[in-house]
Amino acid sequence: MAGKKGLKPFKTFASAAVPIDIANCDTDQIIPARFLRRPGTDPDYPKYLFHDLRFNADGSEKDFIYNKEPYRGGRIFVADMNWGCGSSRENAVTALAANGVRSVIAPSFGDIHYSNCIKNGVLPVRLPSADCETLRRQLHEGPGAEIAIDLDAQSLTGPDQTTYTFEIDAFDKHRLLNGLDEIGLTMEFEDEITRFTERYTAKHRWAS
Amino acid sequence: MGKTLFEKIWNEHVITAREDGDVLLYIDRHLIHDLHFRAFGMLKAKGLKIREPDKLYGTPDHSIPTTAKVLQDIPEGEMRQTVEELENYAEEFGFTHFSMTDDRHGIVHVVGPEQGITLPGITLACGDSHTSTHGALGCISFGIGATEVQHLLATQSLWFRKPKTMRISIEGRLGFGVSGKDVILAIIRKISAAGGTGYAIEYAGPAIEALSMEGRMTVCNMSIEAGARSGIIAPDDTTFDYCHGLPYAPKGERWDEAIAYWRTLPSDEDARFDKEVTLDGDAIAPMVTWGNSPQWALPVTEVIPDPAGEADPLVRADMVATLEYMDLKPGMPLSDITVDTVFIGACTNSRIEDMRAAAAVAKGRRAQVRTLVVPGSGLVKKQAEAEGLDRIFTEAGMEWREPGCSMCAAMNGDMLAPGERSASTSNRNFRGRQGLDSRTHLVSPAMAAAASVTGKFTDVRTLVEEV
Ligand code: SF4
Repeated sequence: MAGKKGLKPFKTFASAAVPIDIANCDTDQIIPARFLRRPGTDPDYPKYLFHDLRFNADGSEKDFIYNKEPYRGGRIFVADMNWGCGSSRENAVTALAANGVRSVIAPSFGDIHYSNCIKNGVLPVRLPSADCETLRRQLHEGPGAEIAIDLDAQSLTGPDQTTYTFEIDAFDKHRLLNGLDEIGLTMEFEDEITRFTERYTAKHRWAS
Repeated sequence: MGKTLFEKIWNEHVITAREDGDVLLYIDRHLIHDLHFRAFGMLKAKGLKIREPDKLYGTPDHSIPTTAKVLQDIPEGEMRQTVEELENYAEEFGFTHFSMTDDRHGIVHVVGPEQGITLPGITLACGDSHTSTHGALGCISFGIGATEVQHLLATQSLWFRKPKTMRISIEGRLGFGVSGKDVILAIIRKISAAGGTGYAIEYAGPAIEALSMEGRMTVCNMSIEAGARSGIIAPDDTTFDYCHGLPYAPKGERWDEAIAYWRTLPSDEDARFDKEVTLDGDAIAPMVTWGNSPQWALPVTEVIPDPAGEADPLVRADMVATLEYMDLKPGMPLSDITVDTVFIGACTNSRIEDMRAAAAVAKGRRAQVRTLVVPGSGLVKKQAEAEGLDRIFTEAGMEWREPGCSMCAAMNGDMLAPGERSASTSNRNFRGRQGLDSRTHLVSPAMAAAASVTGKFTDVRTLVEEV
């Protein structure tokens, strides 16, 4: 299927990675609600990521891993279970992207956040809990260590050169690899949508 | 093999299916609130139109101060801009919008069912995770992100993979003083905050069937707190009685057609679920959460658990961090925890039945701490006032406010001060949810009112006589 290009394609990516040791890290932690009305173009957006975990009320920095060198510039996160649970706020992905984060590796993700990531060219990678724990430990032991991801091969290489493979839905992979804009893609089904709507409306008159 | 309720509705809405299993699903109703006003500007920038504006309904909820009656009452700045822009776009794009001065406005998940916009058998989406609420009426409903909101506006459809199915059966009967809120907290405690991830949950069993529509909505509301994007309950006479005669519900012949169809929807006897969970309704007690995830919930009669007793080191570390943030000690009885503020409201518990449950406890008593009572819509407010509930609250020293999300997400000026502790009928006890460094305990409306009049978590069954 064709589909218009819209996002930056995700093929391979390597970066220093950041261990985030928070189970059930909800999207309120990723970006607090008071920033949700701000436009994505706001130059302060990078600061909103983990804002209340990173900054005190007076703006000074807290003792949080993403504030520390060399983790600060890390563009891959290795998180714990149920990453991005809670609110559907896509701003959480905007805040990740504003910091150049291109992938989050975790044992499990909140369903809505997972799909928000896909739709913004951020690759969510599900790896078993024990593997995530190993990676986080290695990243603590070797600050600034890199992880390299190859989406086409569905594999990633950890700091110790161990290779892990991961599963991803074929359609999600296709969209990420090609940076497809989903609306453009769906527009190609215009005839199907029209035919469906006519049939559905005739069958379920009560629903319209 | 038989089909589940979810599968029947799903199959009826598939526009096209890809070989890899993803489907393009037709969406019958799209609800939108103020935080998504930017979607329209983006749509315009892409040169796109709303495909079916008559399927779109908007209302402001997150950004309205609960003291404001008209737009001009909202302080100038991003709060007012958010509310104003949604209203302007409604005018420009021609979709239904319940403005602040319209009694029908309120929290989007209260308004949809109340107006008959939400109906059994439909698919409904909204850019809000608590869209799972609407499944209480027997429809497929789910929260979506901002990109999906634009996609839905432009195409009236969404791409999805069919989730796995889970049935959670609540056997027996709920005891006196136990509500839908306690049921869902007991469920999340059991299956965990991620237990429903990847699933669509169907709630079933005698204790669910016995719930009112309001109680069912409370249960489905927090499906997302168990990780499930949608929750659903089979439509039955309780559902049909609730929908009958609502402004946007079908009328006459179409109503009859609808009922005939809706009666075919409940899961078949031989339908198979990917997972089955059962809880004993008789054993559920009034619940209180003590941590920063809704899964950290306990009956009010219990004590704060000791992390030392937790075998999994990651969970143990999480518990230690949560107790530190919440400023609680292992072994402390929940009933010894005092609160600073009580919040009764949010899409979980701001319907008329919730107002009545709180009023029954507040009646003739005095609030010991700051207490906000915030109805979920203008119509709930009016109904409560017609029943005299507002006077019960105000005579108890509680504040009776204008409808909206209020202190649930603390985006409208209503919030806790740093370090303050609340008893709240909302659905999230995340860190900072009700304001920077706020400490939230989730409870039912009756338990919230009990906390208000005693200043601490009190088993509501000891305050009110069983009738
Ligand atoms: S009441 Fe709370 S949970 Fe419900 S829609 Fe509003 S902010 Fe979200």
